[in-house]
This record gives sequence, C-alpha cells and structure tokens, in this order.
Amino acid sequence: MDDLVIARSLFGMTMGVHIIYATLGVGLPVMILVAELLFQKTKDKDYALMASRWTKGFAVLLGVAIPTGTIAGVQLSLLWPGFMEVVGKVIALPFQIEIYAFFLEALFMSIYIYAADRLSPWMRIVSVTLVAIGAVASAVLITNVHAFEGTPDGFKIQNGEIVDVDPWAAFLNPSFLVTSGHVAVSAIMTGAFAIASVAAFKMLKEKGPNKVYLYHQKALMMGLIIGGLFSLLTALNGHESAQQLHEYQPEKLAAAEGLFETQQYAPLAIGGFTDRETEEVKWAIEIPWALSYLAGDRFDTEVVGLNDFPEEYWPPLFVHTLFNAMVGIGSMLILLSLIGFVWHKFLKRDQFPRWLMGIFIAAGPLSMLSIEFGWIFACTGRQPWVIYRIMKTEDSVTTSGNLGILFLLFLLIYIILMIATVLVLRYYFKRNPVSKEIDTNIS
Amino acid sequence: MPEALYAITLIWGVVFIYAVMASIDFGAGFWSMIYLNKQQTRATNIANRYLSPSWEVTNVFIVAIVVALFSFFPGATFTLGTVLLIPGSIILLLLALRSAFLVFSHVAEEYKKGLTFVSGITGFLIPALLISVLPITQGGFIDSFDGNQELLLGKLFTSPSEYAFVGFAISSTLFLSSLLLADYSNVAGEMDAYAIYRKDAIIIGPISLLMAAFIIFTMRNEANWLYENILNYTPWMIASIAGFALGYAALWFPHRQKKAGFKGMPRIAMISVVAQYLFAGYAYGSAHLPYIVYPDVTIESGFTHPETFRALIVTYIVAFFILTPGFIYFWRLFLKDKRYVKPKES
Ligand code: HDD
Ligand code: HEM
Ligand code: HEM
Repeated sequence: MDDLVIARSLFGMTMGVHIIYATLGVGLPVMILVAELLFQKTKDKDYALMASRWTKGFAVLLGVAIPTGTIAGVQLSLLWPGFMEVVGKVIALPFQIEIYAFFLEALFMSIYIYAADRLSPWMRIVSVTLVAIGAVASAVLITNVHAFEGTPDGFKIQNGEIVDVDPWAAFLNPSFLVTSGHVAVSAIMTGAFAIASVAAFKMLKEKGPNKVYLYHQKALMMGLIIGGLFSLLTALNGHESAQQLHEYQPEKLAAAEGLFETQQYAPLAIGGFTDRETEEVKWAIEIPWALSYLAGDRFDTEVVGLNDFPEEYWPPLFVHTLFNAMVGIGSMLILLSLIGFVWHKFLKRDQFPRWLMGIFIAAGPLSMLSIEFGWIFACTGRQPWVIYRIMKTEDSVTTSGNLGILFLLFLLIYIILMIATVLVLRYYFKRNPVSKEIDTNIS
Repeated sequence: MPEALYAITLIWGVVFIYAVMASIDFGAGFWSMIYLNKQQTRATNIANRYLSPSWEVTNVFIVAIVVALFSFFPGATFTLGTVLLIPGSIILLLLALRSAFLVFSHVAEEYKKGLTFVSGITGFLIPALLISVLPITQGGFIDSFDGNQELLLGKLFTSPSEYAFVGFAISSTLFLSSLLLADYSNVAGEMDAYAIYRKDAIIIGPISLLMAAFIIFTMRNEANWLYENILNYTPWMIASIAGFALGYAALWFPHRQKKAGFKGMPRIAMISVVAQYLFAGYAYGSAHLPYIVYPDVTIESGFTHPETFRALIVTYIVAFFILTPGFIYFWRLFLKDKRYVKPKES
C-alpha cells in the first residue's frame, strides 16, 4: 500500500515536471512558425528576431523536455509493469507512432537550429512546420493512451486472458479525438500566453515607446491574439470533454461537480469545497439547472451522482477544486484577451494601462497552472482505476521496493534541472538583450 | 513461431543502431572533456560539432527500444520492468543530467567547462550501466519467490561477468567514437585533431578486443548455456575478429596527405569496425535465443497479440518511407556538407 502511494507520487511528479516543458515544447514552435510567416509577409525584421530568440529559448526547454519525457516513458514500464503488459498487447500503436513523431521533431529541430544559416527561407518554414507538427503529434498520441485509460476499447478480458484484440479500435477509442484536441489547443494557448507574459514584463521595464518597446509590443499582440483564439477553442472543446465524462465516466463528472444525488435539473457548483459528511459543496455559488444543461444540452438531463456508485470507486473529492480552477482560469483568460482586443482595436490606444499589463504578465503562469490542474484532475479523477473499470492502479504497480529513495533522487534531479533552466535562460537573455540584437539586425 | 522472430530481429536492429550511435555520442562527450584545455588543437570543437545536432536523434532511439520491447514483448515487460527498476532509474537520472547540461553548455559559454565535465563523466558511466542489462538477462542474478522477482544487486556487482561487460562497454565506446571522430576530423581537414583521435583509437582498439575475450571467458562459468550456444556461431566470431583486424590495419593504410606524415584510411577503419560489432552482435543475439530473460521469459512466452504485431509492422513500414528522406537530408546537412563540417575560420 505504501509503495503504491510512493509510486503514484513519483510518476505524478515526473509528469508534473515533464508537462511544463512539453507543453511549451508544443506551443512555442507554433509561435515561431507564425513569426516566420509574418516575417515573410511583412519583411519586418522584428519578426525574424522573435523567431530566432524564441528558438533559443525553445532549444533550452527541449533540453529538459526530452530527458524528462524519456524518464516518463521508461518509468511507465518500471513503475506500472502490470499496466504496460496490457498496453503492449492492446494500445501499443500510439506509443510506436509517437516515436516517429519524435524522430520528425528531433531531425528537423536540429536542422532548424544548427543549419539555419544554410537554409533558404522556404526551407526554414518547412523545417519549423515539421517541428510543430511533430510536437503536436507527440501530444496527441500520448493523450491517446490517456484517453484509452478512461474509455478503454478494442479488447476483452476473459478468465484473466486478453482476447479479441483490435488495436485500431483501441486507438480510435471514444474519447480520443475530443481529449487530444483539448490537450493540443490548450498547449498552443499556453505557449501563446507565455510569450505574451514575457513581452508584457519587458514592456513595463522600458521607459517609452522606443524600438525595443515596439518589438515587445508586437510580440504581446501576437501572443494575445493567438492565445485568445485558442483559449476560446479550449473552452468549447472542454465543454465537449465534460459531456464525454457525463457519458463514459459519470462518477468523475459527479466528483468534479461535488454532486451526490442523481437528479434532473442539476445545479452547477462553482467554487467551494466538497464536504463528504453533509454531502454538499460548502461555500459554493450554485447556478440552478446549469450542470444538466452542460452535461446534455437540456435542462432535464439526468446527471448521475456519487451515491449511485460504491464508495470504494469514488474519485477523491478534491478534484472539484482542480476542475474549478482549470475552468476558472480558462474563462478569465478569454475575458482578458477580449479586453485587450477591445482596448486596442476600438479604443485605439497604443498603450495598455499598467494594471492590465500586470494581468498580462500573469496570463502565462496561470495558463500553465491550468494545464497542471487539468492533468491532475484527469489522472487522479480516474482513481482507483488505471484502466477504467478494468484494471486497478494497485494491481498494476511494481512489486519491487526501495521506491522512497528513488523518489528523493528524482526530486533532487528535477529541482536541479528546473533551477538550471531558469539560470541558463536568464544568463543567455541577459547576455544578448533585444536592444543589442535589434541594432545588429539593422546594420 | 516466426512472427516473434521477426519482432526480436527488429528490436535487435534498433538496439544495434542505438549501440553504435550512442557509443559515438557518449564517447564524443568524453573526448570533448579530455581535450577541453588543449586550445591549440581543435579536437574538442570537432567532438562538439558532431555532438550538437546528433544527440537528440540518438536519444529517440533509446525510447524506441523501450517502446519496441513492451509493444512486441509485453510478457517480458513485467520481469524486465521489475528487475531493472534500480539500474534503470539510475541510468535515467544520469541521462537527464547529461542531456540537459549538454544543451545548456551551448547556450552558456561561461559555464562550458563545468558543464562539459558533466557530459564527459556521464559519457562513460551510462554505457557501463546500460550494458549491465546483458549479464542480467543471461540468468543467475534474479531471485524469484512466490510470483515476485528481485534483482540480486550484490551478486551482480561482485560478478566478474559484470565487470567484463562494463570494461567492454567503456572501451568500445571510446574506440568507436575515436574512430568516427578521426574520420570526421579528416573530412574537416583538421589534421591535428585527426592525429589525436587516430592515436586514441590505436591505443583503445586492442583493449576492447581483450574485453570481448574476457566476456566469453566469464560467460563460460556464469552462463554456460549461452557459452555453449555461442560456440555454434564460431564463423561469425571469426568474421568479427577479421573485421577488427582490417579496421585496425586501415589506420596504417596510406593517407591522401602522405607527404605531411599522415597515415590511415579512417573511413575504411570505421566501416570495418562497425562490421566487427555487427557480426559479434549477431552471434551473441542468436545464441541468446529463444530467451529474453533466461530462464523465465522466451520470445514466445512474452510475445504480443498477433493483431497488434501486424498493426505495428504496418506503421513501421509507413514510417520508414516517411522518415527516410528526413534522415538523408539530416545526414547531408551535418555529416557531408563541408560548410558545416569545415566552417570558415572565425
Ligand atoms: C490551458 C489549459 C486548460 C484550460 C484553460 C482548460 N483546460 Fe480542460 N484540461 C486541460 C487544460 C485546460 C488539460 C491539461 O489539457 C487536460 C488534462 C487531461 C486532458 O485531456 O486535458 C484537461 C482536462 C479536462 C477535462 C477532463 C478530461 C478527462 O478527464 O479525460 C475536462 C472535462 C475539461 N478539461 C474541461 C474543461 C472546460 C469545460 C474548460 C473551460 C474553460 C477547460 N477544460 C479549460
Ligand atoms: C497523457 C498521458 C498520460 C498517461 C498515459 C498517464 C498515466 C498515468 C498512470 C498510469 C498513472 C498511475 C496510476 C494512477 O495513479 O492513476 C498516472 C498517475 C498520475 N498522473 Fe498521469 N498520465 C498521463 C499524463 C499525465 C500528465 C501530463 C500529468 C501531468 C500533471 C499526469 C499526472 C499524474 C499524476 C499527478 C498522477 C498521480 C495520480 C494520483 O496520485 O492519484 N499524468 N498517470
Ligand atoms: C500530454 C502530455 C504530454 C505532452 C504535451 C508531451 C509532449 C512532448 C514533447 C513536445 C516532447 C519533445 C519531443 C521531441 O523533441 O522529441 C516530449 C518528449 C517526450 N515525451 Fe512527452 N508529452 C506528454 C506526456 C508524456 C507522457 C505521459 C509520456 C510517457 C509516458 C511522454 C513521453 C515522452 C518521451 C519518451 C519523450 C522524449 C522523446 C525523445 O527522446 O525525443 N510524454 N513530450
């Protein structure tokens, strides 16, 4: 039992670290691609400079995304050998195809970085497009496995034997498209807001609208427009994710909403904490009928409550808070992009007020938090199952001990890597400030 | 069951490619540490110029091996995953440090020295640990009790066989990488670096061969089943030794710039030595069959579901056609293009 908790914490920690770098690894190439395209269109050298500076940052982040991903992939076999046996027999395809996506990304990433001076502009755009495709494909394919864990398909278990295997049916499991779409658009949104955050921060440090300020302003607008667009897509698609939960994993939705009694016209509880004893969400704002509408597009949709399931199969109740935080941040960021857009387009102001800039700075970190909350909600909300209604997490865990010491070692490495990333990025960008590069760009 | 045989052959192929690429990659890290302070030679630059674009691609291979193993032989996953928890985790920790610091060292010039040490030291520790998987699969180091399995770490690290493998891994890493870097410097026209790496290869080559003999010798005592099997592949072993002999001799063949006092045809040396490892690897792998982990897991007992196998093969074929042009383009840009290999003096 203890080993199970440590194994879960160890894997969760690995994923929690990998996801930071991996999400930016999906989002940044898209931003770089847009900058390259804008440069070709406008011939404004600032965009070329953005592409080259973001690529530097991206390369540093990949230096951690790849090893932590490698850890995640191998740890899956080391910590959950029981689970991986089923994966190998049934849902090996996404892992295998993901390898090809990694190759694509790794090959063209090296080409884009180390051969940049020898490529024609057209070839640079092709290379960075392939990098972006490889990264998005990595995310979509790994999410395929996650979707399979929630909505398994394509096999049966008879007398402990895996039979009737159809690997493509497993691949095309019911929640694949919606879930992986959510992961992809939320990653692009996060990459865009991360760019906007840095740009806003830098603008605040400049005195007036000089060259450097204008450079960052272009980056900020780019981040806000793409971020706003994709936060809208994320929310629309998140709504579908929730409907999928209603259909395929009702106890997860019930836990997410703190709903105990099955009912029509179910209310949506926003905020607050789920109380096991009184079976209600304390200090929440309740919107009557809203949950039924969200789950099934009709107010009389019957939403299943937790009491319909044996308590041993309940997900932990704190997922309500995680879910709220994700949705809350998502909605706020849509609003923020709208305000920015209106301010710029309709009020025709060139500069944003300081308080708004302050919120822009927070947008990137908030978006990243939302990703973390979303994942912890999705994985923890699936408990006690590692494959929904088929295999329990505790039955898939490794039988070897000594996990405690490994946990500490990995924790140490992650701390070192995260601190080193920050130091290296600071060091590089302090050494090569925009002001210096803009000047060399023009001469 | 021929399907399992195809699958294990495919995995063997990926392992072989990784072994060669990783040896060169890890070795290059080691050499760039050793020659860090020799400013007058460009030996370090050569190693770095090779290393920068290639490590990412090499790293994908290690993931590819793990994925191929659990997809094709899920029945082996349980045993291997359980038994390799500790050594596997240590490898992962070192690999993470190495990859990250390798990238960092390109960005933060000032810290290059310290960072190069990390990649140099892990550069020979990782192969030493990676190869330990082989003695473990040969049997004798796994304790099975009521359905559980456990690696006997104490026994492993007091066994001569383990040290034979470790010695072999380190010497092969350095041998292969010095050969490749010799060839690479030769193409780049960096003749000082060429002379250094050639000399390294001359020293280390015989050591690696000696270590290989040491492996066979310890195998006789510790994994006799494998020893018996491997005797059936004597012709392959002889071919392997011949590959070594030709490759080693090629280091003295006449060089284009003979007048300047240079010797050797590094390209021929490199290719013959890769062939040497190919033959020996084939013999070892064939003799190891049908066991993946002796004596519990065979390729048949561990094999995946046939439907999954077929679907996987389809993706392999499709991917082969999609990715090959990418690999060729990559090769031309970094290993053949004179503008990269041999940049103008700056
Ligand atoms: C920037 C990040 C972000 C934002 C703003 C949102 N999400 Fe999300 N959400 C994720 C990032 C994310 C994620 C990290 O990508 C998850 C984790 C697992 C997954 O499939 O995507 C996720 C999971 C996830 C799930 C669970 C899927 C499962 O358990 O299989 C649901 C129901 C939603 N989301 C719904 C929403 C709704 C209704 C949002 C409204 C605004 C929303 N998300 C915004
Ligand atoms: C997309 C592919 C993913 C797969 C296949 C996957 C699979 C798993 C598995 C097998 C476990 C262990 C069993 C369990 O406790 O549920 C787990 C747990 C966990 N995963 Fe995921 N996961 C994925 C993504 C992520 C990501 C991106 C995160 C990022 C934060 C994450 C966070 C966690 C956490 C926090 C746990 C521990 C759960 C707990 O303590 O209850 N997972 N996941
Ligand atoms: C949804 C969450 C995830 C996203 C968005 C994501 C994305 C990425 C990206 C963009 C990379 C860099 C790819 C490259 O340059 O080669 C990467 C690397 C990697 N990821 Fe993740 N990943 C996620 C979850 C996972 C999980 C759950 C696993 C394992 C079970 C995993 C395994 C890996 C591996 C093995 C690598 C290294 C590949 C290499 O060597 O290049 N990832 N991931």
